[in-house]
Amino acid sequence: MAQIRIENLRKSFDQFTAVEGSTFTIDDGTFFAMLGPSGCGKTTTLRMIAGLELPTEGKILLDGEDVTFHRAAARDIAFVFQLFALYPHMNVGENIGFPLKCQGMARREIRERVQETARMLRIEHLLSSKTSKLSGGDRQRVALGRAMVRRPKAFLMDEPLGALDAEFRHLMCGELRDLHDRIKATTVYVTHDQLEAMSMADQIAVMNKGRVEQIGTPQEVYDRPASMFVADFIGSPPMNFLRFEGGLRTGDRAVSFHDTRLVVPEIREDRASAPLALGVRPEHIRFADAGAVRGEVFGAEYLGTTQIVTVDTAYGRVAARLPSSASVRIGETIGLEFNAERLALFDIGSGLAIRTANGEGPRRG
Amino acid sequence: MTAAATRSTAHSIVEASPRTKAFAGGLVILYAVITILPLLWIVATAFKSQSDAIAYPPKVIFEPTLEGYVNLFTVRTRQTPDFIAKLPPPETWYDQLVRKRDMVIAGPSKVVPRFVNSLIIGFGSTFLAVFLGTLAAYAFSRFRIPLADDLLFFILSTRMMPPVAVAIPIYLMYRQLNLTDTRLGMILLYTAVNVSLAVWLLKGFIDEIPREYEEAALVDGYTRLQALRKVVLPQAVTGIAATAIFCLIFSWNEYAFAVLLTSGEAQTMPPFIPFIIGEGGQDWPAVAAATTLFVVPIVMFTVLLRKHLLRGITFGAVRK
Repeated sequence: MAQIRIENLRKSFDQFTAVEGSTFTIDDGTFFAMLGPSGCGKTTTLRMIAGLELPTEGKILLDGEDVTFHRAAARDIAFVFQLFALYPHMNVGENIGFPLKCQGMARREIRERVQETARMLRIEHLLSSKTSKLSGGDRQRVALGRAMVRRPKAFLMDEPLGALDAEFRHLMCGELRDLHDRIKATTVYVTHDQLEAMSMADQIAVMNKGRVEQIGTPQEVYDRPASMFVADFIGSPPMNFLRFEGGLRTGDRAVSFHDTRLVVPEIREDRASAPLALGVRPEHIRFADAGAVRGEVFGAEYLGTTQIVTVDTAYGRVAARLPSSASVRIGETIGLEFNAERLALFDIGSGLAIRTANGEGPRRG
Repeated sequence: MTAAATRSTAHSIVEASPRTKAFAGGLVILYAVITILPLLWIVATAFKSQSDAIAYPPKVIFEPTLEGYVNLFTVRTRQTPDFIAKLPPPETWYDQLVRKRDMVIAGPSKVVPRFVNSLIIGFGSTFLAVFLGTLAAYAFSRFRIPLADDLLFFILSTRMMPPVAVAIPIYLMYRQLNLTDTRLGMILLYTAVNVSLAVWLLKGFIDEIPREYEEAALVDGYTRLQALRKVVLPQAVTGIAATAIFCLIFSWNEYAFAVLLTSGEAQTMPPFIPFIIGEGGQDWPAVAAATTLFVVPIVMFTVLLRKHLLRGITFGAVRK
């Protein structure tokens, strides 16, 4: 088991920069998710940790040892691919035992280790099957088995559930987390699916355009997004942004939002007048006749326990999550009230969060 | 779909009707007959006597003889009947066959060394072309190579004119390098011609193999070369087999360069066969016998690799 440290890691291909100087530490035994839209550099970062790609600049430390330019095989890490990459000319048992065979382990020992791994993954009955005959979930289990059998320092997973259908994905999420809790190996998990990251990870790094925007627990990332990108990327529907212009002073507990005053968490920094955005999660909006912001109901999406009501206001369209029992008529004019403690403020120019009692602002990687 | 439902459908979109199938089958058989007939004629001619071989109208039914094969493998001299009568009785069946024509065997012909040349040059150049082609194709497929597209175009451009167009410069070059009429020279030449084909064909095949396979092997402890040998190659077998067949067919059949650059030592079968001269002109049964033997290795090689070849030709047509 190991701690992984990334220092100023940068990777560029010709003119295109895939990863831009990120620095962070993944603690021993952490389930660490790298989350971001496609092309944000998360897979490239993972491949550099694995040794499948060499960085243009920066360092990768495994347990304090600089492995930046070690070849993949010398790093003692395991990689699980999205396409599983099971060798089609080997059966399940041979696939799982392959990494041990590469190391030249004795055949009997290989057999024992393969058995043990298969037992852990509950695929003992499949050991002599052809990989082409397996279901998606079983293939993924075999791929995991191949990663686990060597007892590596860390697991790197590149969208391992991406090729599964939705139902299976949910099941495997549970299994993966359960497995991680049992073997406690440092795991770096790349995904573009926020639900996977939120449900499994201890720590999430949200990446955008080659940069780490925020690193934190799922709760931190969701409740106190460090930037408008994070706020927008995480949450479905995403956070609402209401634009306004104004200056801020430390200690203020309200802001001038157009022609009214809105109560916000205590502000912790001074700012000259600039375009700002008020960030509101849909579930922190209530309908109230006295609400400062007024608008016309545009539509409602029924989701079972809740419903998403979209309201056209003077500051843009706002999505609110209401109990499904609330009766809403399309076209009616209503007032919106926000949960003041949970509001976020962003500087539109930089896209970064402003420090308030609710959030300490940007903590970039 | 239930059986009843299947029956009620008069025409399935995917399944051809029996009449269509019969028609298609007939067409294929007809095509096979048209292509195989000349080959059968050659095989038959090899067993004809000299006069039957050039008879007009052509003889379909004839008395078979091994004279063609005997003439192919031997050099004979004509003697007077008196001389032959004085000889001890013939030791073998082929001595007997030759003496009937008032001739005696003076020694073996050059067909065996020529055939060996063909085998060495054909398979040697095929092996080299496929070996180099595989390495180059793998590199082009997997690594970021500066000017890769230009290099690939350059490799392809060597095929844009018929090789014979450069025959004279190559002849002069070979004379300078003392490579004329050597097996090595011919192997190098055919390899150079085939390697471009091999690189392009194999690159297509290797592109289709997901790179995750070898990356998994790299992470699990293999070096790049081990991963290539133990993970990529087993999956590229189909492409390698198809490429090998194409390369072998070219180098095996090549005539123009063989005529130009070989005369003795390194002569291959194609320039040898047309000059099998009998008494008073072409010895057609011997030529036919040589042609039959010449076709055998290619047929064997193709049959051995046929499973791969069929997949190889359609490989990559449909993305899985």
